[in-house]
Amino acid sequence: MSSPDPLDPSSGSGPIGSDPDAGSRGIVRDGLAVGLATGAYGVSFGAVGVASGLSELQTCALSLLMFTGASQFALVGVVAAGGSPVSGAMTALLLGTRNTLYGLRLAPLLDWRGWRRVAAAHLVIDESTAMSVSRDSRAAARLGFLSTGLAVFVLWNAATLAGALAGRALGDPRTYGLDAAVGAAFLALLWPRLRDHRNRAIGLVAATVALVLVPATPAGVPVLAAGGVALLGGLLSRSPDPTEVPGPDDVAGGHP
Amino acid sequence: MWTAVLLACVGCYLLKLAGMSVPARVLDHPLVERVADLIPVALLAALVAVQVFAAGPGLTVDARAAGLAFAFVALLLRAPFLVVVIGAAAVAAGLRLL
Repeated sequence: MSSPDPLDPSSGSGPIGSDPDAGSRGIVRDGLAVGLATGAYGVSFGAVGVASGLSELQTCALSLLMFTGASQFALVGVVAAGGSPVSGAMTALLLGTRNTLYGLRLAPLLDWRGWRRVAAAHLVIDESTAMSVSRDSRAAARLGFLSTGLAVFVLWNAATLAGALAGRALGDPRTYGLDAAVGAAFLALLWPRLRDHRNRAIGLVAATVALVLVPATPAGVPVLAAGGVALLGGLLSRSPDPTEVPGPDDVAGGHP
Repeated sequence: MWTAVLLACVGCYLLKLAGMSVPARVLDHPLVERVADLIPVALLAALVAVQVFAAGPGLTVDARAAGLAFAFVALLLRAPFLVVVIGAAAVAAGLRLL
């Protein structure tokens, strides 16, 4: 009994046996931290959304119903650049396919059935996945998933509403560098995947293809066409991607 | 616009639900798995490039590129997500003030 038990979530936090709930509280605290950090940049989604030509209601509907940040930013980014709403929606859907992969990893781990699974599916995002796949028991995985997913959901939507309302009042979001923030956010989401050398090559080719197509095609098409690079890369390479599921240090507010 | 917004919302939810519901072997084909892994990489990289360097139908290097450069260095230094995003905005906004 002298060494800490790695399966005991309370080990390592205070005197042994002092508080069996310490591990659970730590997981919930982590979830709230991720929710707060994500919410803080949800304000920029609200402001960018209305600046892109969407109404306040449409911007808030995206956060409430789509609830997957990268897809939301992609949709409003394409529309802001003058692309058709349809190509914006297509880009959002293609980016949303990674949530399917997260779901495949999460389903056996969380083991929810019936209405619980139908409800939990809405919370499958980068952050909730990162904060649950790293846990070592089902209870901890469920708690990490729910606390992170719900905290992000509540704060992301509140922040979107605040950003959308403030966006109109503040005027041009470029004054505040919000257009640069969106590019930086995409890069930060991409970053953990760049640990893999093949992904770096794919990313460079995809970015180049998109830029070459910008002057030649309607807005929205360059990003969709870059998706074709993924198809080509998949055909040409043999190894699986070791970075496909994010970890706790890969999301806003998370930590190594 | 509403149609595209709502269809994309429903589609994104169904993609999430599919992952939680279908047996893992449905996506077990190695090619499908590799392509699915690479799609976010290709799309996010393209989105970074277009978001930062596109200006209407042309390409340009402006304050957004400086913001991206800041983000790149901050990520190299393992800065937290919020520092990366807010710092990039501050750099771009500051340059535009000059």
